[in-house]
Amino acid sequence: MKIKEKLIHGLFLFNGLLVVFILIGIFSLLVFTAIPAFKEINIKEFLFSSNWNPTSYVKETYGIGAMLVSTIMVTAGALLLAVPIGIGAAAYLSDVASPKIREIVKPIIEILAGIPSVVIGFLGIVFVGPVISKTFGLPNGLNAVNGSILLGVMALPTIISLSEDALSSVSKTYSDASLALGATRWQTVIKVKIPAALSGVIAACMLGMGRAIGETMTVLMATGCAPAMPRSYLDSVRTMTSTIAIELGEVPYYTTHYYALFAVGLVLFIMTFCVNMTSDIILHKYQGKRV
Amino acid sequence: MKKYIRIIATLALALVLGASNLQARDMIQIKGSDTLINLVQKLSEVYMEKNPGKYIAVTGGGSGTGIAALMNSQCDIADASRNMKPKEISRATSLGITPKRVVIAMDGLSVIVNGKNSVTKLTMDEIGKIFRGEVTNWSDIGGDNIPITLYGRQSNSGTFVFFRDVVLKGDYSARMKRMNGNSQIVEAVRHDKSGIGYVGVGYVKEATDLNVVSVAAHAGADYASPLNAEEVKSGKYPIARPLNQYINGTPTEAVRDFLLFEISSEGQEIVENAGFFPIPKEYEDLNKKSIGI
Repeated sequence: MKIKEKLIHGLFLFNGLLVVFILIGIFSLLVFTAIPAFKEINIKEFLFSSNWNPTSYVKETYGIGAMLVSTIMVTAGALLLAVPIGIGAAAYLSDVASPKIREIVKPIIEILAGIPSVVIGFLGIVFVGPVISKTFGLPNGLNAVNGSILLGVMALPTIISLSEDALSSVSKTYSDASLALGATRWQTVIKVKIPAALSGVIAACMLGMGRAIGETMTVLMATGCAPAMPRSYLDSVRTMTSTIAIELGEVPYYTTHYYALFAVGLVLFIMTFCVNMTSDIILHKYQGKRV
Repeated sequence: MKKYIRIIATLALALVLGASNLQARDMIQIKGSDTLINLVQKLSEVYMEKNPGKYIAVTGGGSGTGIAALMNSQCDIADASRNMKPKEISRATSLGITPKRVVIAMDGLSVIVNGKNSVTKLTMDEIGKIFRGEVTNWSDIGGDNIPITLYGRQSNSGTFVFFRDVVLKGDYSARMKRMNGNSQIVEAVRHDKSGIGYVGVGYVKEATDLNVVSVAAHAGADYASPLNAEEVKSGKYPIARPLNQYINGTPTEAVRDFLLFEISSEGQEIVENAGFFPIPKEYEDLNKKSIGI
């Protein structure tokens, strides 16, 4: 009996450690393959120059400035869209909707989360693009606005699901007390429930943000992929993820270009890591204050 | 009894797996150029219809991706709408690969503008200036007062590299939109009055709402059109290029047979139906040497 217990204990321990090792492994691979790039590329030029042209006719340059700004732009745009709608939908589901409606809507949102990113990118080209070009009077609808809308749609299910869970788990005594004091249901949701569930809601938004930063296929198809520094949201942009996807297939192994692409991947990894760490810290910090 | 059933089941499974493995080994893998993909898919389909039991898999990814796959021994034939660079050839040799070139068609690389655009004649120099970003408004070259919107391919495309090396002789404008393939460029220019792009001539054959630009090699020379077979063959159209397939060393029996089909009169008829042009005489010796006949 005891041996069986120990074996199962060991198996679970192994599984847990395996995940940690995989993460450390990915990080080390990125770091060790990215470091040789900086023998030839100046770090300042890498981070701040907006000129990425490793296969140039004239001079090879490796600046990720424009790509970094592009990634941040589409992510910010996606959150601007997804956070208000997401939290609103979550509040609706947890407080206003009847149980029957909740049973129908929740699975639909889960399905939305499962739509492949290529399909959403395709919709961006064929449907959202022409709408944007007509609305803003542009010759073409492939730009940062298009990318933001699509990424917002992709981050929405994550934000709604997790926020709704957070709101539902706020102790009923809070909302009962608020209503007893004479507040309307609207005031209760906005001023009592959401602040009480804030840690969960913020964690949901951060996870949605992580999804938006790392999305590749959708932005590759729908943002126009112009490497210039974007002047506004109506310009075509190229994110770091698109660049890696486009160039990794044809780059000869173990050249500066190859190492530079891994360096871009490392920057992405660090960004996503920081976002997740922050959401984790926020979650743990406010968990202590829960009743 | 149970023991025998288990042994027979295992042997049967091994037989099935082994047989399907055999099939996979006989399958020809072709990877690379987006310009060539529709043409090569058509050629493969007709070839497989005529030779049941032969299997060919064709995928895209751009000339650069195809050539990289050949170097990493991940495909049998690399479609390339440009020639391999000297750096790529020496890299291949160092990896033990001997690239051999076969020309299967001729392309008149077409510069396209929207059907409503009145600018349909340009010199090579003007096209270069437009795509390098030095000329930014249609009014500068005789059109309406609208800013020019550039559509091009991505850096893994052979067409991207060829157009840059032959027409631009410099880098593309950083504002040029990099699309994912010839079809996307055609669709974008069709719907954009201010658009200009470059695609393989096979893609303009059935497109509507487009004007194909006639190109003059330099100011004062005659304007030639990529849709005119004579002008492409004689070299009067300045942006004509051979469409290549690269193989590694001596081809296997299966690959050799397919290559012979492609350069045969039946294969070349399919090439012309797809909107491209047949192999010029000057490449016949090269093809014979590479295939080994």
